[in-house]
Amino acid sequence: MEKYDVVIGLEVHVKVRTESKMFCSCANLYGAEPNTLVCPVCMGYPGVLPVPNKEAIRKTVLAGLMTSCDISKFSKFDRKSYFSPDMPKNYQISQYDLPFCLAGNILISGKRFSDREPLPEKSIGITRIHLEEDVAKSTHFPKSSGIDFNRAGGPLMEIVSEPDMTSADEAYAYLTVLKRIMRYADISNCDMEKGELRCDVNISLKPAGRKEFGTKIELKNLNSFRSIHRAIDHEIARQAAELDAGAPLSQETRGWNDDKGSTYLMRVKETESDYRYFPEPDLTPITFSDEEIDAIRAEMPETPDAKKQRFIENFGLTPYDSEVLTNEKAVADYFEKAATKSSNPKQIANWIISELLRELANSANEISECPVPPANLAELAELINKGTISGKIAKQVFTEMFQNGGSPAAIIEAKGLLQVSDSSAIESLVDQAITENQAQVEQYRTGNQKVLQYFVGQVMKLSKGKANPQMVVAMLKEKL
Amino acid sequence: MEKTLHEISKSLNDGAVTSVEVCEAFLGKTEQMEPSIQAFISVDVEKILKMAVEADSRRTRGDSLSPLDGVPVALKDNIMEEGSVCSCASKILSNVTSPYDATVVAKMRAAGIIPFGRANMDEFAMGSTCENSAFAKTANPRDTTRVPGGSSGGSAAAVAAGEVPAALGSDTGGSIRQPASFCGVVGLKPTYGRVSRYGLVAFASSLDQIGPITRDTRDAALLLDAISGHDPKDSTSLNLESASLADTLAEPMDLKGIKIGLPKEYFERDGLDADVEKVVDEAIAKFKDMGAETVAVSLPHAEFAVAAYYVIATAEASANLARFDGIRYGQRSVDALDLMETYLKSRGDGFGEEVKRRILLGTFVLSSGYYDAYYLKAQKARTLIREDFEAAFEKCDIMLSPTTPTTAFKSGEFASDPLQMYLADIYTISLNLTGFCGISLPAGNSASDGMPVGVQLMGPALGEEKLLSVSHAFETSTVYTQY
Ligand SMILES: [Zn+2]
Repeated sequence: MEKYDVVIGLEVHVKVRTESKMFCSCANLYGAEPNTLVCPVCMGYPGVLPVPNKEAIRKTVLAGLMTSCDISKFSKFDRKSYFSPDMPKNYQISQYDLPFCLAGNILISGKRFSDREPLPEKSIGITRIHLEEDVAKSTHFPKSSGIDFNRAGGPLMEIVSEPDMTSADEAYAYLTVLKRIMRYADISNCDMEKGELRCDVNISLKPAGRKEFGTKIELKNLNSFRSIHRAIDHEIARQAAELDAGAPLSQETRGWNDDKGSTYLMRVKETESDYRYFPEPDLTPITFSDEEIDAIRAEMPETPDAKKQRFIENFGLTPYDSEVLTNEKAVADYFEKAATKSSNPKQIANWIISELLRELANSANEISECPVPPANLAELAELINKGTISGKIAKQVFTEMFQNGGSPAAIIEAKGLLQVSDSSAIESLVDQAITENQAQVEQYRTGNQKVLQYFVGQVMKLSKGKANPQMVVAMLKEKL
Repeated sequence: MEKTLHEISKSLNDGAVTSVEVCEAFLGKTEQMEPSIQAFISVDVEKILKMAVEADSRRTRGDSLSPLDGVPVALKDNIMEEGSVCSCASKILSNVTSPYDATVVAKMRAAGIIPFGRANMDEFAMGSTCENSAFAKTANPRDTTRVPGGSSGGSAAAVAAGEVPAALGSDTGGSIRQPASFCGVVGLKPTYGRVSRYGLVAFASSLDQIGPITRDTRDAALLLDAISGHDPKDSTSLNLESASLADTLAEPMDLKGIKIGLPKEYFERDGLDADVEKVVDEAIAKFKDMGAETVAVSLPHAEFAVAAYYVIATAEASANLARFDGIRYGQRSVDALDLMETYLKSRGDGFGEEVKRRILLGTFVLSSGYYDAYYLKAQKARTLIREDFEAAFEKCDIMLSPTTPTTAFKSGEFASDPLQMYLADIYTISLNLTGFCGISLPAGNSASDGMPVGVQLMGPALGEEKLLSVSHAFETSTVYTQY
């Protein structure tokens, strides 16, 4: 039994993928020249007014539906005031007491980092999801600071979890599942490197079994899921050591130094910040009817969990294969397209997992850019099943398809890879192999059955891999 | 020389005058009056004449943008006009050139109306005297030892002095109606949402509304027609199709059957100047002569209006004015050594006393622990006041009251007592809290000081048509039109 209970909650900011920013018509894009995607509205000029982005609101509601939240029929925006050079108006339009989504949950699954064993499935509560505007990005130089307002005013969702997680593994699994959901619904790519997903961790320890929470520490500056995992592990150990030593913890914000592998003090929170929230008078409250919520629900894509379950049931996949294939929606879609054209979906799954995903990883391509269309993969598999080519030749054909495109039939034709099923042709090769390997013939005849494989190999070699393996085996058995 | 928009429009369309002649005449009058009135922060003569030339050539070609093509209208200095400095009479914005046109300015340009000068005001529209301007103290054209009122004092004074036929002001708690009353001109606060606020530098977003200050009600209707309408850039603007208000004023309305409500709380209170009361009583008698009927109505929560207003308006202002920090634009203190000092010095030097007072008040009422006691309570009072007005409008078509308890203040009268100045907003403030429309009409002069007295007519949401028709009938029947 552990000495301390660990309590972890996550605040995840997700950049919503939209054409334009949250309250103006500037492009919502990453990577442009600094301060080129700006206008009087997102620069906080005098006299401007915000106009809410309907697509961002729709996607936030969609995120709520995908995470089993209750959608508020009446919600509003509020002003959150604090001074910061990266906030053009010195207040942020956010949502305070009436966010779009409340009280949801997601089912997490994943692996423990330590022993690669699966984590038990667990439901993690979502407290709320609200929509707000992003701030600008500050860069500090030795003698000055620069602010890029391209990011300012972008639509940003904040997803607050319940403090339901108890380990770095669970936090990692939560983020993985959350990211998968966001990508499934095309809400966001959640690429941390592009700042599309940012995560703050609230973590506290308390003596095992005690009811009241311990002192909450907030972790910031976390740049990857892996560093979040490391930071939590480190912070649990650090807090446990402090508590063991009888040192009272203070409520503070700590940063994560990935190089040193440790957290450092950023600031001690002496009082709660007073953001002076009040309803945004420039915007009218937002209401949803049941019909409007149902319309968004109707557009809701299948959740990753539902898809995984369906693939197991409909296509006879193993839970592991189904998990791998449903990890990315594009991969799942690819599989499904190929599988429905195939007599053996499991075979398609194997090809995708062992060949296609490997080739994609090697070429650093997304599946959306895959040069082999799903129909061609299905056709290739059918050619194996019909005995037109062997599995080995099929891999050769696949490599060709991946590198230079083209249909499997055309490649087989062009390269003369058609399987030899002509018994007289096979017979002559079998005869040749027997003649050339008399010593092995003796071994076989004295009872060493394993030598048969050797002869199969010899015949395949002579046929340059094109001989029908079943026919070769049958004929060898007969002749030996 | 024609003085009203509709007269100028007629002469222009008849070919009796050109826009250049009209603008030159008003520029001449401005040059003559400005040393004593100081209604404007700036007037760009070259730009005005260039637009006048363009308007004339359009008219010659038969391509006039509207009947008002080529007429000049002044802008309060808190309305963004592309290429012009929009300072809100504040040091902190004294070097900020508008990068875009406010929707009202874009609409004016689309009709060919020429923006004529940047009218002085109380800094960020906070004040009732025009004395809180960082640049000039505007004088009342009727008596230059008195203030023109505020915050749209420059707009009202410019119209009253004949420097411009009409002007746009903004009204957050009476800032159009009160200076109109003080200067003896017409000032209309439209229903909240009728005119886009896009490009109006916000003081209190839920109360602000742009409106016309003119010499008569027909001009108020013409100008309101030109600037109103749904604006996709303003989420609070109303989506409505409305017929031309000016067209409804072709014939004076018959007031028989019109019920004019007299809110008893407005007449019973102390502080209403006896001479103002007398002029208002005469106006009521006039309405009755014309066939209107008066009914007693009650606004029981009106006494909370000033308190609720100063909580809500300052709360919103404290956030609205937070963006003026010298970081992206505007005046930045040069001797600040770090970020915090940049904020403190830029804002400390850039804002005037009244603005600072209101930012502090607004910050306080929103602070944790005080929100419920002030902001929330003020919002509840606001709802009750609105319900009072709705109940009153069940019994009458429009309501009537004085616009202000007194005539124009002497300059410097409230310098040391802002609270007394706040209390003088008692008659105008409730309309902003309810969002309803109101107009101040010149009704006569005070017997004791000879200054103009305004009578305020109030209408329900989108009641502008009736409000203007009744005003027009009153104006047509009174011989009193004196400039
Ligand atoms: Zn923008």
